[in-house]
Amino acid sequence: MKTIRIILRNIRDAFKGVFRNFSLSFASISCITITLIVVAISMVLSENVDNFTLLVEKDVTIVAFIDNEADQDKIEEIKDKISMIDNVEKYEFKSKQVITEEMRDSSEVFDSIMKNWTDDENPIQNTYQVKVVDINKIKNVADEIKKIDGITVVKYGEGMVEQLISTFEFIHKICIGAVVALILVTAFLISNTIKITIGSRQREIGIMRLIGASNLNIRIPFIIEGLVLGLLGSIVPIIITIYGYTELYNRFGGHLFSNLIKLIKPVPFVYKTSLLLLVVGVLVGMFGSWRAVRKHLKI
Amino acid sequence: MDLIKLNNVKKTYRTGVTAIQGLNLTIAKGDFVFIIGSTGCGKSTLIKMLYREEKPTAGQIIVGGIDVGKLRNGKVYKIRRKIGVVFQDYKLLPKSTVYENVAFALEIFGLPKDEIYSKVIKVLELVGLKNKIKNYPAQLSGGEQQRVAIARAIVNGPKLLICDEPTGNLDPKTSMEIMKVLEEINKLGTTIIMVTHDINIVKQMNKRVIVLDTGRVLKDYQKGTYAHENN
Repeated sequence: MKTIRIILRNIRDAFKGVFRNFSLSFASISCITITLIVVAISMVLSENVDNFTLLVEKDVTIVAFIDNEADQDKIEEIKDKISMIDNVEKYEFKSKQVITEEMRDSSEVFDSIMKNWTDDENPIQNTYQVKVVDINKIKNVADEIKKIDGITVVKYGEGMVEQLISTFEFIHKICIGAVVALILVTAFLISNTIKITIGSRQREIGIMRLIGASNLNIRIPFIIEGLVLGLLGSIVPIIITIYGYTELYNRFGGHLFSNLIKLIKPVPFVYKTSLLLLVVGVLVGMFGSWRAVRKHLKI
Repeated sequence: MDLIKLNNVKKTYRTGVTAIQGLNLTIAKGDFVFIIGSTGCGKSTLIKMLYREEKPTAGQIIVGGIDVGKLRNGKVYKIRRKIGVVFQDYKLLPKSTVYENVAFALEIFGLPKDEIYSKVIKVLELVGLKNKIKNYPAQLSGGEQQRVAIARAIVNGPKLLICDEPTGNLDPKTSMEIMKVLEEINKLGTTIIMVTHDINIVKQMNKRVIVLDTGRVLKDYQKGTYAHENN
């Protein structure tokens, strides 16, 4: 009961502290808000780049062209050999007839040229479409397939795929680095702002010490105050994340620039991001207060 | 029975200044003691050591059975809860009301609200400020602010009340009113140690008087003897 009373009193005092020292609290809240908005933007960017990389990776396919001389047995043999290669996720046979149909459907020019082709005249080759587990090792898989007897050509957008993926991974790493750096900067900025807030309340801390408050008695209200500052500071970034991202998503129809770049669906993404912002805001606020009040305690 | 016992206490600050040297002193429970002396004689250092704001360099200070000098910084609150301290500048929270300033001393220990209320009202009644509980310090006179500080210092029922020049900022009439309040508190059993420069108060109150000089006890006047010997 006594502990509950102390906790409730601390919460009440924390809110009182925030509002009684409003100008300084406002500075801390603004500082948290601004940095959390930047954190939110970086997080949204990072997650979308990550998502896009995944989509691109999923889309990358090795196309193995089969010699037109290969009979059904040979095609089966090739299938068995592909299935035994490491890092192969799935494979699919696509006959030259299917490919021809697809090409005819896609363009009138192709259609007019190809419509009169007989199977014997058709120069298009049967293929195996192979997907890999680890995109970074796609070259090894392609090389292995190339060695199979009956395979004439192997294509997977060599060079471009690796470059694209490494570029996205680089952007993703930069975003994560930026988020971590921003969180650290926020922690110290907030810590310093709260330090000023608490510095102006040295008298209060002095009186608390004088009347027999233990270090914990003194520290807890300030830590809760930091929590409240973090909580209040994360409101605007959360609103911006939820409404801003949803609006962005709807305005661009879920794609950015082209159909190739798909944005992450707002739900549950914005709620997860908001929760993370709240946690970051609260933890950073608490850490800032803890660090700031420590200076005033003779430990 | 002794509440305070000092054995050969010495205090030298980091600057090299020795404020207290070889001080031996005992103060009994329920006593009212004035500590006087010229500026720099060690009065403030002595009382700061009693409530463990400063640590003695050598010797032993026992307050209410606790060896104050051996208390670690993190455990200082243990002695502070047995002592009330009143300062010349009141040290009130300017943004809190009279009631909140006094209740503050009880709230940090998690007392129930109604118990806090009855204790605060009782103590504000004792210092004559029951009708000003909703006022802020800036709305009070110096004497009233000091009475709030006294109320806050005694609301926990400390065994010892240390007063560091509590009348230093007050006119003679208000000073005597404060002294009456302190005498009332003393009659209720609280030991009071008061540092002052105001010789008139010391003479009028007829209490034990300890005169310090260069960190040593120059003279220890028992109750009622100071005024007689210094007229």
